[in-house]
Amino acid sequence: MGTIKTIALTATAAAILTSSAAFAACGIAGNANVSIMGNDFPALHAVFSAAEQCAGDGVTVTKNHNKDYKDLMVPALTANPAEYTALTVSNGTLVTLMNDDLVRPLDDLVAKHGSGLNKSQLVTVNGKVMAVAFMANAQHLFYRSDILEQVGMSADELQTYEQVLTAAKRIRDAGLMEYPVALNTKAGWNLGEEFVNMYLGTGADMFVPGTAKVSINNAHGVATLNMLKSLVSYSHPDYLTFDSNATQALWEGDKLALATMWGSRTAGVLDAEGSTEQVVMNTDFAAAPSFNGGTIPASSLWWDGFIISKNVSDADAEASFIAMMNGISTEMVQANNDAATWLIEGYKPSKAASGVTATAMNGAAPYPMYPFMGALHGAAGSELSDFLQGSESAGQALADMEAAYNVAAKEKGFL
Amino acid sequence: MTNPAQRRSTSLAIISTGFVVLWLMVAAGPFLWTLWGSFKVQGDFFSKADWTNALYGVRTMVETGDFFTTNGYYGAWVEHGFGESVINTTIVVVSTVIISLTLGTLGGYALARSGFKYSFWILMLALVFRAMPHITLVSGYLLPFFEWNIWGYLPTSIIVLVAINQPFTLWMLHSFFLNIPKDMDESAMVDGCTRFQAFWHVIIPVMWPGVITTGLFSFLLAYNDFAVTASLLSQDNQTMIPKIASFLGTTQVEGNVMFAVAAVVSAMIPLFILVMFFQRQIVSGLTAGAVKG
Amino acid sequence: MPHRTFFWFIIPSLAAMILFIALPVISVITQSLHVEHEKVLISSENCGPFGCKQVTIVDVAATTQLRADQPLGQFSGFDNYTNRNHLAFDEVGLAWEGSENIGIFIKKLLNLPFYKALAFTLTYTFVVTPFVIVLGLAIALGVNALPKFAKGPTIFVSLLPMIVTPLIGSLILFWMIDGEGIIGASIQYLFNDPGLSLKASPALTWMMLIVYGIWHSAPFSFIVFYAGLQTVPADTLEAATIDGANRWQRIRYVVVPYMKPLVVFIMLMQLMDNFRVLEPIVSFASEASATSLSWIIYKDLTSDTQLFGSAAATSMLTIIGVAILLLPVLFRTWRDFSRTAH
Repeated sequence: MGTIKTIALTATAAAILTSSAAFAACGIAGNANVSIMGNDFPALHAVFSAAEQCAGDGVTVTKNHNKDYKDLMVPALTANPAEYTALTVSNGTLVTLMNDDLVRPLDDLVAKHGSGLNKSQLVTVNGKVMAVAFMANAQHLFYRSDILEQVGMSADELQTYEQVLTAAKRIRDAGLMEYPVALNTKAGWNLGEEFVNMYLGTGADMFVPGTAKVSINNAHGVATLNMLKSLVSYSHPDYLTFDSNATQALWEGDKLALATMWGSRTAGVLDAEGSTEQVVMNTDFAAAPSFNGGTIPASSLWWDGFIISKNVSDADAEASFIAMMNGISTEMVQANNDAATWLIEGYKPSKAASGVTATAMNGAAPYPMYPFMGALHGAAGSELSDFLQGSESAGQALADMEAAYNVAAKEKGFL
Repeated sequence: MTNPAQRRSTSLAIISTGFVVLWLMVAAGPFLWTLWGSFKVQGDFFSKADWTNALYGVRTMVETGDFFTTNGYYGAWVEHGFGESVINTTIVVVSTVIISLTLGTLGGYALARSGFKYSFWILMLALVFRAMPHITLVSGYLLPFFEWNIWGYLPTSIIVLVAINQPFTLWMLHSFFLNIPKDMDESAMVDGCTRFQAFWHVIIPVMWPGVITTGLFSFLLAYNDFAVTASLLSQDNQTMIPKIASFLGTTQVEGNVMFAVAAVVSAMIPLFILVMFFQRQIVSGLTAGAVKG
Repeated sequence: MPHRTFFWFIIPSLAAMILFIALPVISVITQSLHVEHEKVLISSENCGPFGCKQVTIVDVAATTQLRADQPLGQFSGFDNYTNRNHLAFDEVGLAWEGSENIGIFIKKLLNLPFYKALAFTLTYTFVVTPFVIVLGLAIALGVNALPKFAKGPTIFVSLLPMIVTPLIGSLILFWMIDGEGIIGASIQYLFNDPGLSLKASPALTWMMLIVYGIWHSAPFSFIVFYAGLQTVPADTLEAATIDGANRWQRIRYVVVPYMKPLVVFIMLMQLMDNFRVLEPIVSFASEASATSLSWIIYKDLTSDTQLFGSAAATSMLTIIGVAILLLPVLFRTWRDFSRTAH
């Protein structure tokens, strides 16, 4: 971390405290217009609010938190000048913007204003910095240590999903819980994500290298589907409606012993709200298990970061970059340490982050940044439920997925 | 209606009243449940452990030390400024209803009285327009609106809501106008009124029940709209429903569901007042007798 | 009414519809006949917080050129309508040839997303619509017979299912019908089956959605009928009573005919709205068991990869479906209209 940066940040903090001309501290020269859009959750509220401190003489900062930002982002950034100068995205949405050439390469701005960034925060595509990442997320294992103890197992024995199944069977046989397992298996995006996660655990490619041809209808695909089916056989029959809200409520309602859930939900599970002390005290986190003899955790790593629009003036782009750098400052992190698993200097990981960290340490793959990944994800989400409900073979489900993907990819011009 | 010819036997009255009471229970049940639950914490109202927690407030007791809590209301109104979106909703709803009804009564009256074949085809066309799913329309508006720099503002949403609602308004008012005998306006015109004067002074006063009913639907459409307002308004201009939706959280992050529940309950109060006020218009307005002509 | 007067009365309304509906409809039709321009793919090394990886990306410069040459994308004729995710002509043909009996054919047909959605959409439409009309009329007659002081609160309560935003209304109902929720638990108790879950089986999910649909839409037909009842001429009813008609006969022969334009109106609106059912499917997370045409559009427009051509094609198919559904009603309206026309 450069000293210049530190000084600038200290100055910023002072400016915030006295709520005076913050513009001088942010160092935005001249008049500029900064407008930021992103998803709607507390960690991003913290980032946007810190960026907003750069508003001052001649500099306006407007923000828009919208859950459906990804439906708006392409038209909003296609207009010239773009409605938003900066956008927070994740690895899933960055490719959509890049496909339409809406993202400004940041190399010069990073060189000028980004001395406080870790190298790993820079997201580069073909050698050019396209985004700056500031927080991480992944689905990983949640387990109840008291229940595991009752069936004579320890956390070390949850390295693979096969072991998770053994534990689940013992819990069921011991009459502790009929449905001890849950994954976010709501048909649609969530189920698609489970498929992607599990398939990544096989280490195999989802596409024929260099092309948009999908290659999942193989032994890896079948293994993936069978594992998902085995896991949901220990889930409540409602599993096709399980989104994060449902699984978290189940966990807090003392209905689950083993679950794969988002790292961003750990803080909510650990807080004093919604759950009994018994549950909170015995909730622990581990890396996502591997499966099928592999060593890679069957999960995908996600990051959230910001991009700067291509269709804005250089002055606005520079101002937006400075404002966003202010948004992801060390001070912001220190004030909101537990709001997310930050990738920013100064973050002190707590228990809540242990699952995400362990999953990354064990070598889980990032969520694939293929331009056509969304089409496969969507196809998996809608075509798998018949197989899980037992009305279709694994081969048929994979063939359906492939067919649905091909139509979508063809429409997008990839095939 | 106190007409002696309409007095009925007691048994029929009992069956009819019993049916209405049963319906009221089915209609109101979920909302009484919501009203009750809005004073509990999420762990009780959305409990996976035991639904009776919502009745006894087990977690509410543990987390707030009281049987009832107003945390949901405090969060929605004070922490998240729900009041601003109430003002925005008021602007959107009032404008949409007034403009919709103005355009709709004019058009609906013309369609009901024209008698030429093209008016039938206009009605058909309106129907086809109405069949268009709103989300398809809205996704098409986005790029032009961003390019013309009119995205995010209240008037844009109001005009879109009026236009989207116009086929329905036309059809509904047209149906009501058909119920009014032609002799009424024709005799007024014989007496020397212009078409517009006849429409304004003779037909509209008789049309109040129809206009108010149609207005009620325009009102509800604008009030409950999510597809249009969620995609066409910026955060500063957000109306109530997108605001409530923003309390619900995302796939990855937990929301404040109880804020949403409290906000929904708060949003019911103006509706209650409005319906109570306008039902009097429907009931005691110029009803049965006036249509005799 | 002279053409001139008609024109001035209708023009504001017509202008709004042309600008915001007709023009977008034309662009939707255009869009449904195109797929996106070809994407030029190249290989690239992507790096991020979790290391580097060799992946395929879109060659932006080359693709931008292609896009400039074909701003609408590639013309594809009716491909968007006939591909697997829509009418699936090829797949249906294959399924027909490859099936020994009609049962297998139907199973294969329902494995295709469009037909799966169509099956639920039609069932929903044809069950919910008549129930809504009958229930609405019954409530309207019941409320109309109440003493005056009770009418106001009754009307308000009767409107509740419709006026609470479906977004939250169905979210709360979704929790109530959960196996651990008040309604779900009561049903389990009633049928003495602790494993019963309304969310788990397709049949129960369909039933749940249909019941919700009736509950949600009944207030609509109630309030229209109720307003209509206020315009039934009292003297006609009086005359019928003097002629010896009992209450049922008065309803059957005086009130119902008087309500006919309203029945037609409610039927039109309900057929259309029910055919476009979307919110309950989203809120009740029922996509595994029940989908609808509108839901397919919603999915195409909101998924990570937005499919505008596909959504446009499904939208057009929805309009065609609505038109077919409404034909009988429209035919009647046309006949009535011609009879009364100049």
